[in-house]
Amino acid sequence: MAAPARSRPPHPRPRPVPARMRAGDVLRVGAVGLRTRPLRAFLSALGIAIGIAAMIGVVGISSSSGAEVDRTLSALGTNLLTVSSGTTLMGEAARMPVEAEAMIERIGPVRAASAIGKIGDAKVYRSEEIPEAQTGGISTYAARLDLLSTVGATVHRGTWLNAATERYPAVVLGASAAQRLGVGAVGPDTQVVVGGIRFSVVGVLAPVPLAQELDAAALVGWPVAESRLAFDGHPTTLYTRSDESRLESVRAVLASTANPEAPNEADVSRPSDALAAKQATSQAFAGLLLGVGAVALLVGGVGVANTMVISVLERRAEIGLRRSLGATRGQIRLQFLAESLLLSAVGGAGGIVLGAGVSTGFAAYRGWPAVVPLWATGGGLAATLVIGALAGLYPAVRASRMSPTEALATP
Amino acid sequence: MTSPGFPMVSLEDVSRTYPGGVAALDGVSLEIRHGELVAIVGPSGSGKSTMLNVVGTLDRPTSGGVRIDGYGVSDLSDSELSALRATTIGFVFQHFHLAARVPALDNVADGLVYTGLARAERRRRAAAALERVGLGHRVHHEPHELSGGERQRVAIARAVAGDPPLLLADEPTGALDSASGAGVMGLLRELNASGTTIVIITHDREIAAGLPRRVAMRDGRVVSDSATEHEKPYSPGREEPHVTGREERQGAGRGQPHGAGREAPSWGAAASGGAA
Repeated sequence: MAAPARSRPPHPRPRPVPARMRAGDVLRVGAVGLRTRPLRAFLSALGIAIGIAAMIGVVGISSSSGAEVDRTLSALGTNLLTVSSGTTLMGEAARMPVEAEAMIERIGPVRAASAIGKIGDAKVYRSEEIPEAQTGGISTYAARLDLLSTVGATVHRGTWLNAATERYPAVVLGASAAQRLGVGAVGPDTQVVVGGIRFSVVGVLAPVPLAQELDAAALVGWPVAESRLAFDGHPTTLYTRSDESRLESVRAVLASTANPEAPNEADVSRPSDALAAKQATSQAFAGLLLGVGAVALLVGGVGVANTMVISVLERRAEIGLRRSLGATRGQIRLQFLAESLLLSAVGGAGGIVLGAGVSTGFAAYRGWPAVVPLWATGGGLAATLVIGALAGLYPAVRASRMSPTEALATP
Repeated sequence: MTSPGFPMVSLEDVSRTYPGGVAALDGVSLEIRHGELVAIVGPSGSGKSTMLNVVGTLDRPTSGGVRIDGYGVSDLSDSELSALRATTIGFVFQHFHLAARVPALDNVADGLVYTGLARAERRRRAAAALERVGLGHRVHHEPHELSGGERQRVAIARAVAGDPPLLLADEPTGALDSASGAGVMGLLRELNASGTTIVIITHDREIAAGLPRRVAMRDGRVVSDSATEHEKPYSPGREEPHVTGREERQGAGRGQPHGAGREAPSWGAAASGGAA
């Protein structure tokens, strides 16, 4: 190199090439702002965390409740069809023939059939002292002995009716009927007044999800209803269990089989559909809450953007210094983008933990299986990264465009 | 160390005009050879900070040619200039620009982050640089635990950790008391003695007087340059006694610029321009 003095260097001279920053260095440099202003970083990450937690919580809780419905349905079965007597064209209560139950049992795929018959005049009172108007909304039904197995009901306390008790004044109360009457213990001494006659309470049912009309019912035996309560013997609701695969064909013939004279009067329904529909409704509501969560997330993103803009303004001197140390514009941009992404990612991770914790806690409180869908977690994380990138983009570009001399001039 | 055949810094008729028509630099020509220790001295507003920014490639001239370590600044893109700064130029600022709450070692090591070195190597070099500036016992102290002079030493360590051939110091003693300032100047002299080309900007004529070469600026022009004094139509008397000191120190290398011959007229033009 000991060449004679020249003002131009020897040719060719390799052009200087900026060194690539290692991924670890990008993260470390991006974390500088978070480390030096931890409170501000925490607060703006909190904004993101609340938004994500709200969304994860809503999705988690509604998924958990959906899982609970699925669990209930798989326990109860979805092959229950009911036929109600319905109303006539004139609007009066229709009546199914007495033989309706026997007829639908003859439909091939029907595995089991049972019936209840409403005893319209028989009101239920705790004692004779209760004023007649205070019926408590409890209906009295005559029930077949195979009702419980057909609708999937269980006895909460005491026993179900049997071949002996169905002939005598014995009653089994639905869950809410027992609550309204104030019946706790069951036994021969626990009596209620049904249609003016004292009946012994022999059992109390647990709530019946697929036949909720039974919850507010007093169930007596078919024979005693006919002999003591002036029951006409016509069933008002038929319950059938059929082969799952042929449910639709059973459904098609059910009304005309139960009431051949006036098939239009009989209402056929599938109670599991009602439960699923209820679930769908609550999911629509969850969708609304999800929207609220999204708005919270958006506000969190604006918070991050705000923090980043302030951070860039405050750290002009640092930007100038880094430029003088050899940072390219791209590396400055990368630094602030990394900072914004880190900020959002920290908030997002916190939000996911918080949201998952809230939905798990709520599910545990309600006795549901806790479900936090993976798509919600992944989606939440992806959303935070997108928000972090968007929030950081403008401040990062602004930082990179800053003239190093001006940046250095403001200490 | 063999110095290459081209100057470390070469400004040819450089002007820098800011929007609004203020000419911070007005036709400045200057050449700084490898291994020199130069003071650029002048009152505030004389354009010396702009000169430092232009030499440091943080700012581009409005017109004229700037060559740093042989590279034409106008030929290089912004990122190529960044790479040049990362490898070739070290900066020392009046207000240190150290990161708060970060130990001295990391402050120095982080200065090497844009050189592409691995973290362990950066820390190793940072430790060596702190040792070199006499702060080997202070590596784990944070800036607020250090005195002003020590902080500036950390900043110098950061500037020289990557062994840049050119060190630019902007009022390095401006925020220090005179004792610390003298220490920092001593350190810069030592670095220069080990081969680093150093340009110090100062408005303090006393500090400038202690340096081998002084370039005085006023209103964006070079009004005197002790290296070319014999070609100038005038010479400020105050600086006279130190010229001999500079001649002794750099006597060996002085022959070269004059041997280049074609440089002389432009120097003369710059000097007479400044005198006009």
